[in-house]
Amino acid sequence: MGIFTITLPDIGEGIAEAELTEWNVAIGDEVQDEDVLGTVMTDKAAVEIPSTVAGKVVWLCGEPGDVIAIGAKFIQIEVEGEGNDAAAADAPAPKAEADKVEDKAEKPAAAPAPEKPAPKSDAKPDAKAGAKAQPASPSQAARPAAAHRPLAAGEKPLASPAVRRRAQEAGIDLRRVGGSGPAGRILHEDLDAYIEHGPPTARQSGRMPALGTRDVKVVGMRRRIAEKMALSKSRIPHITIVEEVDVTAVEELRGQLNAAHAASRGKLTLLPFVMRAIVMAVREQPEMNALYDDEGGVVRQYDGVHIGIATQTPAGLTVPVARHTEARSVWDCAAEVVRLAEAAREGKASREELSGSTITITSLGPLGAIATTPIINHPEVAIVGINKMAVRPLWDGKEFQPRKVMNISCSFDHRVIDGWDAAVFVQKLKSLLETPALMFVED
Amino acid sequence: MSDMTCKLLIIGAGPGGYVCGIRAGQLGIDTIIVDEQKPGGTCLNVGCIPSKALIHAAEEFHKLSHFNGSSPLGITAASPQIDLSATIDWKNGIVARLNAGVAGLLKKSGVRLIAGKATFQDGKTVKVTTGDTSVQIRAEQVVIATGSAPVELPFLPFGGKVIGSSEALSLRSVPERLCVVGGGYIGLEIGTAFAKLGARVTVVEAAERILPQYDSALTRPVLKALQALGIEVMLSTKAKGLGDKGLLVETAEAGEREIAADKVLVTVGRRPRSDSANIASLGLATDGPFLRVDDRCRTSMQGVFAVGDVTGEPMLAHRAMAQGEMVAEIIAGHKRSWDKRCIPAVCFTDPEIVTCGLSPDEAKAQGGAVTTGQFPFAANGRAMTMEAEDGFVRVVARKEDGLILGLQAVGRGVSELSAAFSIAIEMGARIDDIGAVIHAHPTQSEGLQEACLAALGHALHI
Repeated sequence: MGIFTITLPDIGEGIAEAELTEWNVAIGDEVQDEDVLGTVMTDKAAVEIPSTVAGKVVWLCGEPGDVIAIGAKFIQIEVEGEGNDAAAADAPAPKAEADKVEDKAEKPAAAPAPEKPAPKSDAKPDAKAGAKAQPASPSQAARPAAAHRPLAAGEKPLASPAVRRRAQEAGIDLRRVGGSGPAGRILHEDLDAYIEHGPPTARQSGRMPALGTRDVKVVGMRRRIAEKMALSKSRIPHITIVEEVDVTAVEELRGQLNAAHAASRGKLTLLPFVMRAIVMAVREQPEMNALYDDEGGVVRQYDGVHIGIATQTPAGLTVPVARHTEARSVWDCAAEVVRLAEAAREGKASREELSGSTITITSLGPLGAIATTPIINHPEVAIVGINKMAVRPLWDGKEFQPRKVMNISCSFDHRVIDGWDAAVFVQKLKSLLETPALMFVED
Repeated sequence: MSDMTCKLLIIGAGPGGYVCGIRAGQLGIDTIIVDEQKPGGTCLNVGCIPSKALIHAAEEFHKLSHFNGSSPLGITAASPQIDLSATIDWKNGIVARLNAGVAGLLKKSGVRLIAGKATFQDGKTVKVTTGDTSVQIRAEQVVIATGSAPVELPFLPFGGKVIGSSEALSLRSVPERLCVVGGGYIGLEIGTAFAKLGARVTVVEAAERILPQYDSALTRPVLKALQALGIEVMLSTKAKGLGDKGLLVETAEAGEREIAADKVLVTVGRRPRSDSANIASLGLATDGPFLRVDDRCRTSMQGVFAVGDVTGEPMLAHRAMAQGEMVAEIIAGHKRSWDKRCIPAVCFTDPEIVTCGLSPDEAKAQGGAVTTGQFPFAANGRAMTMEAEDGFVRVVARKEDGLILGLQAVGRGVSELSAAFSIAIEMGARIDDIGAVIHAHPTQSEGLQEACLAALGHALHI
């Protein structure tokens, strides 16, 4: 038997470290060649790390949330034969592992709470103290809350110092936690159950003040999003312009195209038309389709229009990229958006599909509100936000007409885009969307 | 004047301050601690440690003088002598070792210890004067741990014949006649020690009984022992001032009289040093003479904490230590608050008294039915073999479910039971828990188990 150490491989993009987001194996698990061991996250995407050998996992490098350097020891696997790590073979369970195991033991949710011993002694403590006795100790199903003895005003909840400390650190008010121990003592198991399932239900009537707090660790995708948003908002002075667009005409066109071609070419939403409008608009203002390297002092303008589509996924916001939209028809754009959105939601989008945008569209769909202040997808310089469409009365010079109206909210990097140019760009989008024929005849 | 900065500045290196410093150092907080005296505070320099040293020496000497041919143990020792000056040197040696120990612990934790007198400039700036030089220290957080000092009676100012506990613990010869004003635990501990060393001791107490914070069942064996040592205990008696030969007192029945005394030891309590270091200039909220703190030891000023005697009763070193530790962790960003169920207290008289949690009266005053159980040392084999049959262990429990609310004991050497007492209460033990725990035989600790069994109605050995 030997120890085979797998280091965190270079997963491209020239990165130096990656955040561990998930283990697919635990110490003691048998793994086969090519089994997925765990997942790490870079700026762009989640990457699964496969095993290159078969054997038994004996050591893990850390816990989800830890940042691991590329090339650092990732996992150790006990294998038939020699392995590749002679030093580790002498000490198959490095010290770090013992610590981790301890950590786990402390984590409430890590292991199912041990079955409570049957409370035999409880039933017959004696005449004086126990006769009036506790109700029979509750089963796991009927949660410990059953034995909750109401506390007198100012009375401290009964719990060992270790339980009290754990509760303080978890922000849990022990007065809320039912104790299943002798004299209603709150046990570690009671706290585990409370943390796992929340407060016992079916309490007395009336409302109680909510005293708890919870710390939610910001890891993985959420951390990436947080860093990215903070970077953008702290470095880029945003200017946001909101404009009203009469989309009656483009909606009419869309309806006719769908009636004619939906079956064969797929259904069109408004989004491909907005993409088309952006392609047309940046042709006149290439400074909008650009990445600003503010440290290098260079704005790189792109001929290809690679539009990022801000997409809500179960894990959080991602921005898959529709490449070369200048070379796509509206149906092609529509199909690409559908494909990318699905891939992103299922977490299957590749790194290439999640990077390389030069301008971004953000839309909250039916929740789109009247106006938004979109945050630029750094290091881009412009973002187009689409707000909710509604039928509103518009004055046509003689009378009010019911028109389909939608606002667009666009933000620009004011360091490199002047307000005037931003306004020109927004007006261009407006005129293209209000007169959709322009998008096609100018081609 | 030079300037220093730190994250945490602690004023006072007593048990509250130095423990706060060590823990802060462990947690990587840049910490400075300031004290005029050697580190260790009242406890180490002029309190707990010196008094226990003197009590031990007195006890050893007394044992020998006790072996005068009448000992049932059959031991005879001839005319033992004590050189109190040598005893005090030995005591000072212990204190010096502990001073160095505390300084070493602070150093090991990376805490800077500065000897000097602290004066607050504002809530985050303190001037520290050492001899002719002074340094200004600016800190993000400040902990006031200035402790307490003996209370002086205006009509019996310290000086000459009149001494406080600190001086009493440094006397180089045994006074022939010692008069102790105040029958609290400090006066009785020192009074007992000097009586054992051969002094004729009189205790003058204004109240109707000694050790008024304890119930009379606990103090009775102590009173008996004091009288057996030949100490005259004058209750309901007021000290009036110094006379030609000693102390003038006034008793309810006999009116004024004078008690001959070579030394008059005044131990009428301790007052917080909340008036030192220019603390008053901060305008902190107070509770009487104490600094008011919340359950995180925060004063009314942001970033200013206070721990130990300066924050109120009970003025005990181990309370201060627990506060100091907690405050360091709070400053390090941990979530902590004062959640202790009990603070044990020990009175090192002979016999000793140890209490933890609620007395029977306190428990009853909280409402709800209470059950108690008591086990006398007269029925404990180990106590018999140590000629320590006086005293008992008592448990106070909630009748409803047997939860232990308080534990008390009086008897020789019972201070060591304090750990078992406080663990039982902090862990939330019931009397049937402790009753079911095997206690080693033969030890006095069996008394704890038996008291719990007694409360359950089936003590085995009575």
